[in-house]
Amino acid sequence: MKKLFKEFFKGIGSENPTFRLILGLCPTLAVSTSVINGIGMGAAATFVLIGSNMIISLVRRFIPDEIRIPCFIVIIATFVTIVELTMKAYAPELSKALGIFVPLIVVNCIVLGRAEAFACKQGVLASIMDALGMGLGFTLALVLISVVRELLGSGTLAGFLIIKNFEPVLYIALAPGALLVIGLLIGGINYISRKGRAA
Amino acid sequence: MNKFTVSPSPHIKSDNTTKKIMWAVVLSLMPSGVAGIYIFGLSSLNVIVLSILSCFFTEAVFLKLRNKDAKTVLDGSAILTGLLLAYNLPPGVPFWIPVVGGAVSIVLGKQLFGGLGQNIFNPALVGRAFLQISWPVYLTAWKNPKWWPDAVSTATPLAKEGSSHFSYMDLFLGNRSGCIGEVCVAALLIGVLFLLVTKIISLEIPLSFIGTVGIISWIFGKQGFFKGDFLFSVLAGGLILGAFFMATDYVTSPLTKKGKIIFGIGCGIITAIIRLRGSYPEGVCYSILFMNAAVPIIDRFTKVRKYGLVKK
Amino acid sequence: MDVSMFLSVIIGAIFINNFILSKFLGLCSFIGISKETKPALYMGVSATFVTTCASIITWAIYNFILVPCHIEYLRTISFILVIASFVQLVEMVIKKFSRTLYRTLGIYLPLITVNCAVLGVAVLNSEMFFKPGINTLTSFALSALQGFCVGLGYILVMLFMSGIRERLELCDIPASFKDAPIAFIIASLMSMAFMGFSGFRF
Repeated sequence: MKKLFKEFFKGIGSENPTFRLILGLCPTLAVSTSVINGIGMGAAATFVLIGSNMIISLVRRFIPDEIRIPCFIVIIATFVTIVELTMKAYAPELSKALGIFVPLIVVNCIVLGRAEAFACKQGVLASIMDALGMGLGFTLALVLISVVRELLGSGTLAGFLIIKNFEPVLYIALAPGALLVIGLLIGGINYISRKGRAA
Repeated sequence: MNKFTVSPSPHIKSDNTTKKIMWAVVLSLMPSGVAGIYIFGLSSLNVIVLSILSCFFTEAVFLKLRNKDAKTVLDGSAILTGLLLAYNLPPGVPFWIPVVGGAVSIVLGKQLFGGLGQNIFNPALVGRAFLQISWPVYLTAWKNPKWWPDAVSTATPLAKEGSSHFSYMDLFLGNRSGCIGEVCVAALLIGVLFLLVTKIISLEIPLSFIGTVGIISWIFGKQGFFKGDFLFSVLAGGLILGAFFMATDYVTSPLTKKGKIIFGIGCGIITAIIRLRGSYPEGVCYSILFMNAAVPIIDRFTKVRKYGLVKK
Repeated sequence: MDVSMFLSVIIGAIFINNFILSKFLGLCSFIGISKETKPALYMGVSATFVTTCASIITWAIYNFILVPCHIEYLRTISFILVIASFVQLVEMVIKKFSRTLYRTLGIYLPLITVNCAVLGVAVLNSEMFFKPGINTLTSFALSALQGFCVGLGYILVMLFMSGIRERLELCDIPASFKDAPIAFIIASLMSMAFMGFSGFRF
């Protein structure tokens, strides 16, 4: 039980895919213009992670080692297609906002990375916990970035006006702002953790 | 303790220190500033002072945070950045624009890279482009010279819509709207003369830059091929200011003669393309930033061969 | 077919919608392999080759298999499978015919499979060009061109970035900002410089 919790929390903290491992950046940067998009993307990726980790862990003994990567990709792509079509049917607005980044979850390094590094070696329960942790960590990072960007870039939060009489910094809302915010956030986190280690 | 860390550039001549050069460039920019204040009124002075103060204090705070010698702030580079940033802003901007711009210039453009001599992009232009993208409305609200009768602000000579009615003399003396430091070409040229006589800048970058813009504007003129206005394209906009004072920055331009000419031509092509086809009226700022990013690669391919070394 | 459409695809793919700087595709390899110029260049060249071929192959798959069978919903899955097997094939062919080429480019090929730029360009092609109103031949030419130009844009940015990062080795960057964070900040400033090209009209 303790081990399961450890698998769960490492994804959120010490092995956070975005801030620590610097993986899966494309969607992180592209869809983080608003908090709603961030949560949507995070949820989609978490679903794919859990599904693919579970199936891969279940069939791990039947997959020949040489062709494991293509097999993983097929499993992942199946879940991505499920998400893609479901989103198109029930949340067309969100689907439009996320654009090509939904099909691109297939090549998100986090998903394939977890399949390769964890799910194909561990039991089903541990794999699901790992996926849940990683997915939550990814979602949290996305939300953090998109909160910063939405607040500074348009002065709103999840669509509600937060700061009045504020001239939004358009730079933050556009492409260069995404790169800037993640650069400064990673730098800031490095700084804090160095301070913590020194103290 | 010597706080100027060793770096590949600038290779400064022996009798010149960084400090001297910085203050000399500041001095050479004075006539243009005076002209800007004279043409647009005291609001331009406000912008200049706020921008310089913002750069100065941001630099001081950052140096303090990094436990460096805070006296370095007096080397003149922060003040020069502030001055150049202000010269690239319209005279009537709200007070917080130069303040934010100065802070962005120093932090993103300079100090995060390690400070003086180590930045990749021209700090003043980083600040200027940041402001232009973030608050386009304020950065395109031009003011007329104060002796013009109507209070309605008009477009700059480079504006894409409407025909321009400026004579060469208007453009040369600054009888037009535009950024604080770019309008009076005559005053800028006094400063240029000073920098050339004291050998602080060389002509490769400015000449290739201005020449390229002029030739391309001449070939692809509004009236047809080979009917463009060479002189107009050189005098209008911020080309003189950009080519002589910002593209020539030691730290962010190539080291060799050949590299400098490539750099200048690159800036010229991009400026001309943006002016002719882009959505922004002026491309000097973006073109210099773009070519700044290419400088390390240009340096790499134009390296002077060591004497006696055979080419492989 | 008219020329301005092709021109806007070229300028669009290289400068305005540069995959790395404004669409954020291929960022992992961009941050990972841009520390030195040579590997960056090789990575860029292999990526260009793959994006061009992948554009052509996915065009064929989409128009001759998916559309006639009415199984367009299998787009993502079929594209990624074809791309992965194509890259695998290229790797094997190179290994067979040229050991030297394999040694220089080989290690980058597996990385390209999971490079989102390749799948990205295929999906983008299918959304931009594979639709009624654009005849099949034009969509073929535009897809191949877009694939190639996306690669060129990738090479350009990789070259700039690797040059800058080689120079940064000598700089006194704050310790917390070394490596990835400063790379992102440089990318941000480059992206800003590239924004000068936005809104081009032909």
